[in-house]
Amino acid sequence: MSSPLLAVSGLTKRYRRGGKTIAAVDDISFHIEPGETLALAGPSGSGKSTIARLVLRLIEPDAGHIEFEGGDFLSLNGAALRARRARLQMVFQDPLAAFNPRAMVARVLDDPLRTHGVASRPERTRRIAALLERVGLSADLAARAIHEVSGGQRQRIAIARAIATKPSLIVLDEAVSALDVSVRRQILQLLLDLQRQERIAYLFISHDLGVISAIAHRVVILDAGRVAESGNARAVIGAPQSAIGKALVAAAPKLNRTSQGAADRQ
Amino acid sequence: MTALLSIRDLTVTYRRDGSEVAALKHVSLDVAAGERFAIIGESGSGKSTLALAIAGLLPGSSKVGGSIEWKLPNLRLPHSFAPPSVLPDMSGRTEGGATERRPSAIATSHMPLGGRDIGFVFQDPSASLDPVMAIGEQIAEVARTHLGLTWSQSYAKAKSLLERVRLPDPDAALRAYPHQLSGGQKQRVAIAAAIAAGPKLLIADEATSALDTIVQAEIVALIRQLVAEDGMTLLFVSHDIALAAELAERIAVFRHGELVELGATAQIIASPRHAYTRALLDAHLGLDAEPLLRQAGATR
Ligand SMILES: Nc1ncnc2c1ncn2[C@@H]1O[C@H](COP(=O)(O)OP(=O)(O)O)[C@@H](O)[C@H]1O
Ligand SMILES: Nc1ncnc2c1ncn2[C@@H]1O[C@H](COP(=O)(O)OP(=O)(O)O)[C@@H](O)[C@H]1O
Ligand SMILES: [Mg+2]
Ligand SMILES: [Mg+2]
Repeated sequence: MSSPLLAVSGLTKRYRRGGKTIAAVDDISFHIEPGETLALAGPSGSGKSTIARLVLRLIEPDAGHIEFEGGDFLSLNGAALRARRARLQMVFQDPLAAFNPRAMVARVLDDPLRTHGVASRPERTRRIAALLERVGLSADLAARAIHEVSGGQRQRIAIARAIATKPSLIVLDEAVSALDVSVRRQILQLLLDLQRQERIAYLFISHDLGVISAIAHRVVILDAGRVAESGNARAVIGAPQSAIGKALVAAAPKLNRTSQGAADRQ
Repeated sequence: MTALLSIRDLTVTYRRDGSEVAALKHVSLDVAAGERFAIIGESGSGKSTLALAIAGLLPGSSKVGGSIEWKLPNLRLPHSFAPPSVLPDMSGRTEGGATERRPSAIATSHMPLGGRDIGFVFQDPSASLDPVMAIGEQIAEVARTHLGLTWSQSYAKAKSLLERVRLPDPDAALRAYPHQLSGGQKQRVAIAAAIAAGPKLLIADEATSALDTIVQAEIVALIRQLVAEDGMTLLFVSHDIALAAELAERIAVFRHGELVELGATAQIIASPRHAYTRALLDAHLGLDAEPLLRQAGATR
């Protein structure tokens, strides 16, 4: 096996709360190969978002190592960190919430291009149109205000922003959780298409095992900041071994499309 | 089946920025007494509008046509309509907030009283809980207002309700404030408040959508149990057809403000008549579905 794209080991993050210290993330290790989707699953409060923030270096760990693209990611700073960050992007549940809703869609995509050195304005305009088309949107959308676009379009724009700097890894934290099912499916399909064509890896965080089993290669199931179990996504979800894995599988709503409705099951 | 309520040709229009949005269009359906009835559809399909119309909670600025007829034999007639404290101000939706909220000029017979005959549970439990009032007092207040109990009787009732919704430590919860509870615990409290006055109808509008899957399953099981024990009728509003199918005996599918299909859960799930219902079912990603990952020629 070649060296992994991302290797996390012994990652730990503690928070003080009401005089007590809790380990939100407690000695976590995992790796992601190029072009692979690794899912993080677990109940709320299990540490998923904290791991996302640590990997993105939005917060610093109390212990542990992160290797990204063959180098020590935690030791980077200044220009070297900025350059490496272009390769590591993120999509959150409502990633455009940080923008002024009256701002134009073009603004959302202009930022990353400028920060990562696409200097000429006509070139950026061309790139913005191409990015929108890349995520299945019309280039005309660039001139629209953010508040005018639908939830599904917003998430496509967020993905366009994430791929603007040609990342090798995108961290997605509950990125499809708020979407209607039909839109969710289209966004997942888009992520798969991008992965196939650009070999982008995903760290895909979701509490929804249905979504995970549809798109993830491997899954790590978390419980109270620790790894409860991990492995091939279909295998783990098909036959969970840990208590929390079993509880997650049992709780997932199931459609029985062939016979009696589940409501009769009492 | 005995109908609890009959909705005929219900049309609801909102005014926004000078233009009109038809949120419900000519909807007719009956809800049977004691049944578990689900309203499903994608966002904006009019589910909440229907739930609010039934509860008499549409904003005053909305325009309503058609009728909602209640067929409760022993319905207690209200002297005046005052939304109780457990109903949140819907400030996310109406500019004026709760003060604007009043029963619309809708043709109803024996208008039931929100909070007493109808319990309402919303997606965000914080919206229906007062952040600066202890939880015990909030629930006791509902019981006192609607059941004419003394304060100490109401407080005892609040405690038994917190036990019924299975809060781990009911005594501590009585004295706790909403921010001290987890999302799932807050929703249990909101449910306790919603059923405090012994309503005939419990409306849960996306009541589990903000919770994780495990807590969602617990809350759904709790709702099922409470509804059975108290003989309540349940109106379960959800965007999730699989979740609705696990709980409801009948499902009404909405799209763009129209009732697309209504039927027994087994029929809707196993042999939907409408293409839109089928599309919703196909879009559901179950644990046993063929992974998108493996599907050939993944194109949009
Ligand atoms: N900034 C913070 N301060 C204190 N506690 C935090 C903070 N961020 C997260 N936590 C705690 O860490 C744990 C894990 O949280 P999180 O990573 O958000 O979980 P998840 O995303 O799986 O729901 C929770 O107990 C949470 O309350
Ligand atoms: N208070 C309101 N003012 C104006 N428009 C509204 C209001 N509430 C809902 N709408 C609109 O009515 C339609 C139906 O909304 P809603 O009943 O909330 O649907 P759902 O609950 O299925 O998501 C949507 O187009 C929504 O934007
Ligand atoms: Mg999270
Ligand atoms: Mg709604």
